[in-house]
Amino acid sequence: MTFYALFVPFVAAIFAPALTRLFKHNAAWILALAPAGLFLHFLGFVEGVAAGERFTGGVRWLPSFNVNFSWFVDGLSLTFALLISGIGTLIVLYSGGYLKGHRHQGRFFSFILMFMGAMQGLVLSDSFLMLFVFWELTSITSFLLIGFNHAEERSRRSAIQALVVTGLGGLSLLAGLLMIWNITGLSELSLLLASGDLLRDSPFYLAAFVLVLGGCFTKSAQFPLHFWLPNAMEAPTPVSAYLHSATMVKAGVYLLMRLNPAMGDTVPWETVLPVFGGATLIAGTLLAVRQTDLKLMLAYTTMASLGLLVMLTGFGTEKAIEGAILYLVAHSMFKGCLFMVAGNVDHGTGTRDITRLGGLMTAMPLTFGAAILAALSMGGLPPFFGFLAKEEMYYGLASLDPWSLTFLAVAMVGNGLMFAVGFAVAIKPFFGPKVETPEHPHEGPVLLWAGPVVLAVAGLFSALFSSEFHRLISNPMAGAVAGHDADITISVVPHLGTALYLSLATVALGIAFYLGFDRLRSGMAGLLTAIGWGPDRGFDQVIDGIVRLSTVVTRWVQNGRMEYYVTATFILLVLAIFIPMGLADEWPELPEFPTLFFYEWAVILIAALGLLAVVWAKDRLTAIVSLGIQGFAVAVLFMLMGAPDLSFTQFMVETLSVVILALAMTRLRLSPQDPRSWAQFFLDGAIALASGAGFTLLLLAVLATEFNAELTEFFNTYSVQIAHGRNIVNVILVDFRGIDTFGEIAVVMVSGLAILALIRVLPKRRAANAAAPTKEVAEPIQEAG
Amino acid sequence: METAMAILTGLFFAVSIYLMLSRHIIRILLGVAILSNAVNLTIFTNGRITREVPPIIPEGKAFPVEAVANPLPQALVLTAIVIAFAFFAFLLVLVFRSYQELGTDDTDEMREAEPPNEPAPPLGY
Repeated sequence: MTFYALFVPFVAAIFAPALTRLFKHNAAWILALAPAGLFLHFLGFVEGVAAGERFTGGVRWLPSFNVNFSWFVDGLSLTFALLISGIGTLIVLYSGGYLKGHRHQGRFFSFILMFMGAMQGLVLSDSFLMLFVFWELTSITSFLLIGFNHAEERSRRSAIQALVVTGLGGLSLLAGLLMIWNITGLSELSLLLASGDLLRDSPFYLAAFVLVLGGCFTKSAQFPLHFWLPNAMEAPTPVSAYLHSATMVKAGVYLLMRLNPAMGDTVPWETVLPVFGGATLIAGTLLAVRQTDLKLMLAYTTMASLGLLVMLTGFGTEKAIEGAILYLVAHSMFKGCLFMVAGNVDHGTGTRDITRLGGLMTAMPLTFGAAILAALSMGGLPPFFGFLAKEEMYYGLASLDPWSLTFLAVAMVGNGLMFAVGFAVAIKPFFGPKVETPEHPHEGPVLLWAGPVVLAVAGLFSALFSSEFHRLISNPMAGAVAGHDADITISVVPHLGTALYLSLATVALGIAFYLGFDRLRSGMAGLLTAIGWGPDRGFDQVIDGIVRLSTVVTRWVQNGRMEYYVTATFILLVLAIFIPMGLADEWPELPEFPTLFFYEWAVILIAALGLLAVVWAKDRLTAIVSLGIQGFAVAVLFMLMGAPDLSFTQFMVETLSVVILALAMTRLRLSPQDPRSWAQFFLDGAIALASGAGFTLLLLAVLATEFNAELTEFFNTYSVQIAHGRNIVNVILVDFRGIDTFGEIAVVMVSGLAILALIRVLPKRRAANAAAPTKEVAEPIQEAG
Repeated sequence: METAMAILTGLFFAVSIYLMLSRHIIRILLGVAILSNAVNLTIFTNGRITREVPPIIPEGKAFPVEAVANPLPQALVLTAIVIAFAFFAFLLVLVFRSYQELGTDDTDEMREAEPPNEPAPPLGY
């Protein structure tokens, strides 16, 4: 059942365009049934998982490589699956309203459902390769969604940027997973989690750690690889709300949490994660303050939140992990909601610029209500879920050593700034005097406000019924991340203690930031202008550099001069013969002077003379005749060496070649001289002589080895017995290797057809003065043997 | 015998490669024709050489009575000769037609696909 559930979104994606053509934007109601059904399906696991069970299943995929297509459900993957399908349902409905009337709405539905399937597969994957496949699939669908408005260059750039960054991260992750596979011999996450210290004790732990981080940090936009995430806001708002805040960007965090029991609790883990996470938190919030576009403000706070999550995951205390998972759930709800609010404001007024918005409270009451509830959760105020998360994380971080105090300070400043940004988004557009906007402000249809309202209310209710929520969701999830049972007790009723004081301090800090918001923004703007360079511009420079470099390399390697290609090919040929021979010291013995009959010498001499005459030929006729001489000499050689069949064939082929060549050459006006400069002559001559010598040496070396006559014996023995033929060569051709001969005839026929096509197809401009075709060539020659 | 054939084969290769290094398409064509002979001789010589006794089983016998020439390379070379000829014929017509179309027999002047001063690809997305 769950196995088939993995494919449901993809099936829905297939039917999305047709449904949209039938029902226009109302197709959203039908399509939302897919994620809604999945949500209900996963709800069925909740009781079992809360009771400590884990569910697995799947099929064998590549048994010879021990690769399975297997899924497993524990607290962590279940929570993610519920978030993905639950928020997914709301997003599908929301896109129905947001892109109403868009020409490609069906395509959009299709992409977003595909993404949903990929993301769901990612969090439910058990085997490494399946995880990787779905991981890459999320990158690809994200690329399609960001570039949805492909007519705009900004969209294309953002899409490519996201694909390059997360794609490189994906490669790094693949390497990391393969390394873990090699270290532990396990290819499934569920087994890896039970493997204890196997991975941690390996000397290759650090390498695997760094490679896996490469994947997680790019996907979850950790500083300094964060720049693609704000640019991804070029996508339509439902995408931003879903991929780039609630789900996909959390894939990196998911994997870190998933691997925590197997890879965590080491010095690198507990150093690198908090440091990068903390840096991302601070950088993200500071950059968020700088923005005036609602979506960009939210995008940077998303980046900050991801930093916070990574920091908490790596911090190492149990409470910090519990704080992380509570914050993850809270963030998915309030940030998804706020993005949809931003989309509604954009939809209702025609602008997202916070400095050009105001007084929307009466025009958009439902959106406003959702925004306020979400901002309260984001700010960490009771009685919302964000409050629980913040309390728990302060419990986790509060300690008196300098390391903990540093991160406590980072978390407080970050939370304070996020508080300010959250309320700026939720209050500034709605309060104050009405401002003229491009469109007359209005509330959207139910499709538009249902999503944000549901998420905002969910943030309230999950907190109010926190004990039940913890039992069903938080505890199993925290248990899966920590690797042992967890017991979260935090509730909306404030308890006097360190965490509460820290929360109060954070709120005070947040209010202070909010009041000084405009000054803060101009300060940050000045600072960023002063720095002037960021990884975003760096990305452009790298891409331009790659294009320039490849242009230079292509010009050099592929300069369009055939002579150059041929020269390179044959120089390599010479090297390929001489270098292995020299390295292995397998030069052939100097052979004795051959003893031949005089007529054999004569034929060899004729062949050699014919060859040299071809080279020195000053006119066409000499060249053709000399070519014929060497060909006939070869035919005679075959005759002398016991191969009459070959000889006859060679005679026929050489005769035909010379005739055709003569016919064709009379129609060509060719320069009689070979136009080579002296330098060219010496170079070409040297290459030719070296390769000739190389082949001679190679042949001598082969001839010096003992001859294995096994095959020859076989043909000699069975020619009469099996195939009832006395001419062994013919028996081989038509019987033992009959299929080969058939293929050979096919080759001759195909080349005959190609010749026919070449002769018949004449472009109009040349058709007038074209010569009559040489019909002789078009006939396929039957084999003589 | 084999030694002499090895040296002759080397000469075939040298001449064909020298011709193929030319900028002159008809000389390249001649080089290709000679190359097929060079390759055939290589295969043939590799199977060792027996003088004048074709691999034919006399009437009334089940096996060759005396030491006969190796039939396997002969069969291979026979196939190779025919295919090489088909290839040669195709190449010849290709040369002929490209000369008609492009009006030159110098490979350096055949720049339809890769023009000499092609502009750099555009930067940007």
